[in-house]
Amino acid sequence: MSSDDVNKGRRRFLVATTAVVGGVGVGLAAVPFIKSWMPSAKAQAIGGPVEVNIGKLKEGQLLKVQWRGQTIGVLRRTPEMVADLAKVDGVLADPESAKADQPEYVSGEARALNPEFLVVNMHCTHLGCIPQMIPQVGPQPFDENWNGGFYCPCHKSKFDLSGRVFKGVPAPTNLKIPPYSFLDDSTVMIGVSPQGAV
Amino acid sequence: MANSKSRVSSGANALLNWFDDRLPVSKFWKATMTGYIAPKNFNFWYYLGSLALLVLVIQIFSGILLAMHYKPSATEAFASVEYIMRDVEWGWLIRYMHTTGASFFFIVIYLHMFRSLLYGSHKAPRELLWVFGMFIYVALMAEAFLGYILPWGQMSYWGAQVIINLFGALPGIGEPLTQWIRGDYFISDATLNRFFALHVIAVPLALFGLILLHLVALRENGSNNPDGIDIKKNKDADGNPVDGIPFHPYYTIKDIFGVGFFLILFSFILFFWPEAGGLFLEHDNFIPADPLVTPEHIKPVWYFTPFYAILKAVPDKLLGVLTMGASVGVLFLLPWLDRSPVRSIRYKGLWYKILLGLFTIAFIRLGLLGMAEGTPAQTWEMRFWTLVYFMFFVLLFFISPKAKTKPEPDRVTH
Repeated sequence: MSSDDVNKGRRRFLVATTAVVGGVGVGLAAVPFIKSWMPSAKAQAIGGPVEVNIGKLKEGQLLKVQWRGQTIGVLRRTPEMVADLAKVDGVLADPESAKADQPEYVSGEARALNPEFLVVNMHCTHLGCIPQMIPQVGPQPFDENWNGGFYCPCHKSKFDLSGRVFKGVPAPTNLKIPPYSFLDDSTVMIGVSPQGAV
Repeated sequence: MANSKSRVSSGANALLNWFDDRLPVSKFWKATMTGYIAPKNFNFWYYLGSLALLVLVIQIFSGILLAMHYKPSATEAFASVEYIMRDVEWGWLIRYMHTTGASFFFIVIYLHMFRSLLYGSHKAPRELLWVFGMFIYVALMAEAFLGYILPWGQMSYWGAQVIINLFGALPGIGEPLTQWIRGDYFISDATLNRFFALHVIAVPLALFGLILLHLVALRENGSNNPDGIDIKKNKDADGNPVDGIPFHPYYTIKDIFGVGFFLILFSFILFFWPEAGGLFLEHDNFIPADPLVTPEHIKPVWYFTPFYAILKAVPDKLLGVLTMGASVGVLFLLPWLDRSPVRSIRYKGLWYKILLGLFTIAFIRLGLLGMAEGTPAQTWEMRFWTLVYFMFFVLLFFISPKAKTKPEPDRVTH
């Protein structure tokens, strides 16, 4: 067969289709190897959502749990605590939580799905220490007009009872709020957003 | 060489002949060494390529020995490095070779790259040579970053935290991408284990391939020289460039002299000043990784600080990451940004000396600022030098084709 008999169009078509099919095959074959880099079943089990029973939590009580290697606090706020949140807006760096790392479904001063329960990542946004909760209203060594909140012993960052950061402290942003949802009135699921929420 | 009767067939020659009939040993030696004609006016800057190869050999040699004692596990890594330092016979020497080698690798590579800026070695027909070199540089940065995690100290941990979180700034894919890189929701054993694999196998293999391409591309067009003129334009009656000399023995001897001088410097650091005041080995990395406490002052090792400063100079997280990426990426385009009709700084004119001077100051200043605590004044200075850094490339692109050049000589000068 001389070269004149070669059907070039047919040859190009065959080369192109072979290349495309081969390319798709290679791409699909790569999936297991790329996926092998994702968090393993073991890591997922440890990093999975945590169910917290808050039924027995008293007013003003803080419960700490571990989630994905982080300390998460669940605080049951009294109605006074919730009502007092607005009082400190003036001394906060970001009262609207515009810069905060928090799900879209929490907002406002309470930063919670249910204002009564604050679910918050306890690690200070400065260097990751765990701030102490000092709920008493009244003068403190570190603040004469203390209205109750969290105080970080490491570098003196101050947060209100919604984890909102004060002005003039080292922590740059409000404490983080993890994704969470209520399974029922007495159970919080940390790590899972409410259905339909992003 | 097929006619073996015409050759002396005794002793070593016989052995070489036997090989030559089966493997192109002599052919390869002639093509790349004795028959490879290089310009005769090489200066200091031409030591650095061979020195980079030397450091590579030091790193591979010391790295293999380290891997025999090191344990890539979050619970054991830090202790195994201390074990190497204290209990393994000569372990301290092997480890300090590797840590000193890492910093020297970047010193040599930065000077090697600067040589190209001086003499226009990236210009046609050597664009690919430069691009392969840039890929080597990026692979080297990856290798250094991955290796820095392995001691599992505080800086290892939080440095990885910061760098991996940079990918988190990418919209949409950011968060899953960081999880994919870490293999967990935070920096953990899984991260350390995979970084070890990448550090000892994957990236070194990529480096070998890239270095091979770099060298093949170099031998194809031959070395540039400080005058930036083409020695092949001026040949004698035998067709050899009049300004060329065989690479071997002339430049092999020169490079061996450079190796000697380099090893004196290297040994001085290795034996007397391995931490280099916290520059080569950071103080915070002598504290085991602690996911609950971040060090007061996080900064990368010195060779990354210019880019870290560019990152910090931009107030927006995503824009900062993109700007930092662009600061490395723009270097890939250098052969096409430099549109000057001449290669060497010697004939480009005063404008280039000023531009390159400012660029050099900007790079060094950014490096120093990247290590600093970061006061507001320093942030503004970083922004200024970041602007200077990028303006170098912009101005180079617009000035280089129009600027008046000095006449290039016909023969190389010394």
